[in-house]
Amino acid sequence: MSLEDSTVTTKAAGMASIMTRLRHAFAQVPMLSWLLGILLAVLIEHFVGYSFAIGLGLSNVPPLLGVTIIFSRPALIPNVIVFVLLVYVLPIGGLALLSAPLMNRFAAKLISYPIFVSGLLHLALLYADLHIWATINDYRIYIARIILIAILVTLSLNVVNGYMGEFSCSHPGFMALGAYGASIFTVVCFVPNNVFGVTLLPAALGPFLFPLAIIFGGLLASFGALFVAIPSFQTRGDYLAIISLAFMFIVKSLIENLEIFGGARGFMGMPSWASLPVVFVWTVLGLLIINNFVRSTLGKALNAVRDDETAATAMTINTRRTKMVAFLFSAFWAGVAGGLLAHVISYVNPGSFGILKLSEVLAMVYLGGLNSVVGSLIGAVGLNFLMEALRSFEIYKWIVIPVLLILVMIFRPTGLVAFREFKVEDILNPKVETVKEVEHAAATD
Amino acid sequence: MPLLQIENLTVFFGGLRAVHDFHFNIELGQVRGLIGPNGAGKTTIFNLITGIHKPTNGEITLEGKDIVGLRPNEIAAMGIGRTFQNMRLWRHMTVLEHIKMARYSKLDYGLVGAFFGTSLRHKEEDDAEKRAVELMELFGISRYADQVVTGLPYGIQRRVEMARAMATEPKLLLLDEPTAGMNLEELGDMVKVIRQIKKEFDLAIFLIEHRMRVVMDLCERIQTLDFGEVIAEGIPEEIRSNPRVIDAYLGKEAEI
Repeated sequence: MSLEDSTVTTKAAGMASIMTRLRHAFAQVPMLSWLLGILLAVLIEHFVGYSFAIGLGLSNVPPLLGVTIIFSRPALIPNVIVFVLLVYVLPIGGLALLSAPLMNRFAAKLISYPIFVSGLLHLALLYADLHIWATINDYRIYIARIILIAILVTLSLNVVNGYMGEFSCSHPGFMALGAYGASIFTVVCFVPNNVFGVTLLPAALGPFLFPLAIIFGGLLASFGALFVAIPSFQTRGDYLAIISLAFMFIVKSLIENLEIFGGARGFMGMPSWASLPVVFVWTVLGLLIINNFVRSTLGKALNAVRDDETAATAMTINTRRTKMVAFLFSAFWAGVAGGLLAHVISYVNPGSFGILKLSEVLAMVYLGGLNSVVGSLIGAVGLNFLMEALRSFEIYKWIVIPVLLILVMIFRPTGLVAFREFKVEDILNPKVETVKEVEHAAATD
Repeated sequence: MPLLQIENLTVFFGGLRAVHDFHFNIELGQVRGLIGPNGAGKTTIFNLITGIHKPTNGEITLEGKDIVGLRPNEIAAMGIGRTFQNMRLWRHMTVLEHIKMARYSKLDYGLVGAFFGTSLRHKEEDDAEKRAVELMELFGISRYADQVVTGLPYGIQRRVEMARAMATEPKLLLLDEPTAGMNLEELGDMVKVIRQIKKEFDLAIFLIEHRMRVVMDLCERIQTLDFGEVIAEGIPEEIRSNPRVIDAYLGKEAEI
């Protein structure tokens, strides 16, 4: 369409047609192309990002797409927008579009092999993206791990609060159990110290046996979950929420009073073995297993128990087993997250597993969306970005975030993206059919 | 041996005697009805059979096996399916998910399958889906398969609930006021559905009903309950002409 006869209407129509054309084009971009585009962007940033940022008058590359400077140095916002546009948006969009036809053919070829081939390739690319993006500075390596761990906690809390519809307040307690369990495991087994004496195992084995420590932490959290799961057979709703809240305080006070583990001062000495690849693997594993579980009939039994327990039990669903599995499974992943967190910062203290942690995790779940794996991802990433953006407000961020939560609850009571899981095949498949769908949708418009 | 046999069934809720000395038995292929005014204890009897309430006294045996004290899901898995007066559908789940869910006790893939997606899980989930599709066709609800039940027409929701109960593969189907809240057209529909179930499946049906026309139409024998006690039992004609039934129940109905 020519824009020369530029009346307002044709201009608007022209814009609309450009938008639909773009939508068409991007609808055919397979996941592989997106990952390649991101790879290009992070490579550009890796090699020329710093000098480009200096050229734009920034002191360094914007750490989190610029969200950290929105409030601390608003004058720099235009410069950051230029940076993000040129380093991220254009390379990602451009390469994604250009490589789409080729990658669609490649993805089509890949799905003729067993699914894990394509899956592993996607994950490898995703990790490469993340690795190159994060290793640009220490802050990013740290925040990337924190966000990955937050995703795991949010997913695990969503299993109970979203999928099973119980309001569990005990997740900080489960995290604390996991953090202390895993930390004590590594310290006793691999780190010589004057409390527990010599190591049980050669320290060199440590990084390889680290998964055992994490699993131990997870299992300890699962064991703790029994104290909430068993009452849940008889009690529901508000009463169970109170029980779970009590559990959280019990764990916190218990640790504060165990002098052998440092009491209220905290526990330290564990090596920082939770490196970026380790955290990435655990989070992906947790995400896939949780996603798998909630999409099975066994997992959907959680929804049946939530929506009507009497009907569930009359339809042969073993409600006790379902509740037990939900709590223990959820606590396991919270424990894993706690164990990883302890080995990211090499220090745990009971004070960090209290009400504030609870509000943070609840905010991520309810912001992202109940009963939703995709929502948990969005909630965890979104809230962490927000918290980083509000860092300069210090304590006032705990006014801004609750206000935001109130607004979300008023306008979208189930969260931003409720009721959505991943279908792994859909992510891996080439995007050819969707083109027809979009054309069909455009034709019927 | 009868399919289901109940002897001396009595239950107290605190000081209230909700059901007193109830006797009942039913064979495969039979349709039996239970009528009575509101609060007579009809639904309580269903809840006692399905294990939701524990009887104070009495015996309930399914194919000779004592089922008192078993958990409701165990009783359901043994072959007693039911519907509810107020349907109790799962409001966030689709029609297909409802019917697949009722196959829970037939799934053997366990947690390993649920977590890791083994081939056994895929096979069993596919089988459950195939069975669900058949049931949806039988009940004429195929085109709603992927819709969430909330918002479906009332009659369709009733059919979904019926299909869900049938997915548990019951030998005895308990229907708690299947026509509650229906208009005349939907009512005729429901009677047809129940007839069809009786024809297509090898089972016994025990139903609670308020509308005399439906009970008289469907049931071979009827019991009348008042204040937890059976005041009359017999074939429809006997019930219709029984003075105690008319006094307790039918008289009011006849006026309407």
